[in-house]
Amino acid sequence: MNQLPVEYLFFVGAIGLVGIGVAGMLLCRNLFRVLLALVIAEAGANLLLVLTGYRWDAVAPIVLPGMPAGTTMVDPVPQALVLTAIVIGVGIQAFAVAVLIKIYHGYGSLDRRRLAAMLDRDMNELAGVGPGRSPEAPAGKRPFPPPEQQEGRS
Amino acid sequence: MRNLISLLFVGGLVFLLLVLTLQAPFAEGPMLVGKGILQQGTEETGTANLVTSVVLGYRGYDTLGELSILFTAALALGVVLGRRRPEAPRDLEAGLVLRASSDLLFPLLLVVGLYIILHGHLTPGGGFQGGVILAAAFFLPVLARPSQRISHAGLMALEALAGAAFIIIGLLAMRHGGQFLQPLLDKGQLGSLLSGGTLPLLYIAVGVKVGAELAGLLVRLGDAEADS
Repeated sequence: MNQLPVEYLFFVGAIGLVGIGVAGMLLCRNLFRVLLALVIAEAGANLLLVLTGYRWDAVAPIVLPGMPAGTTMVDPVPQALVLTAIVIGVGIQAFAVAVLIKIYHGYGSLDRRRLAAMLDRDMNELAGVGPGRSPEAPAGKRPFPPPEQQEGRS
Repeated sequence: MRNLISLLFVGGLVFLLLVLTLQAPFAEGPMLVGKGILQQGTEETGTANLVTSVVLGYRGYDTLGELSILFTAALALGVVLGRRRPEAPRDLEAGLVLRASSDLLFPLLLVVGLYIILHGHLTPGGGFQGGVILAAAFFLPVLARPSQRISHAGLMALEALAGAAFIIIGLLAMRHGGQFLQPLLDKGQLGSLLSGGTLPLLYIAVGVKVGAELAGLLVRLGDAEADS
């Protein structure tokens, strides 16, 4: 059997995390789980980025006192980039959690479909149209609604 | 049906990424910038930790942008969550074990966080990592005793001071004839605590700012009214 190189495993792991995260974002109905899936996908992307700077037989890019000259080190640039990405990810997660808290206060649910139905109902109510119509639909008859009909719109 | 399409999409995405990454040579890519930084980084910035020299020296401007993104996130969070009503019900106090252990952990976390910030240019770690630990140190007592308050004004003042310090250090470099955020001061001996010129100072500013920012963010999230 053809032996698989070990680096395939790294890539499969990182890309698998991205896949799991994206699948979770698409399949989960609970919005908090969607956020957790986003975190998993982010971890996979960060791992992928770090892997691009990896070297065999290399040490971390830190010069230690007793280190012989010419020691191979891994690329420090992707590591700095991932540091940035992690911090920005934390900011996004915190903001998303705040929005989720507000949604839960307002609607008492985090289920995506129920929220969509409730939002539709509320928007229709605000626009003053019946449940069967979209709030974006033009009032009156197309192409140009007569003026009296425009005024008659609630 | 929708689930099936989603799974198909994910499968296609994973396949595409795998094919793309497996074509690239593993562990021997071009590494154009990284090679130069590995060769000259220690002489140019005087830090033993080359990731620090990239984060603060070569890409200091980028770090400033990162800090402003974090600040924007904290600001947006405050706007979304809004002010808490004074009569809103609070969570109950935690039990004796949690309260005692949070008191015990507080000084330890403080020491570890400060150590990681101060040695950011020598060992793994730095302002961001240490700042998160500092934030945890200040958030733990609030978790154990929800009635205890952390002063938002104090946190904001600390954060503003740290952010201003970062920019002022960058402007001082310009006044001395360099670029914005260019490392200043004596580089010192490689590997000693006082080395790397202004980079440790920048990391201290980053650490205080991230710590205050995250602590304020967590307190706000924990403070959000449980039900209304």
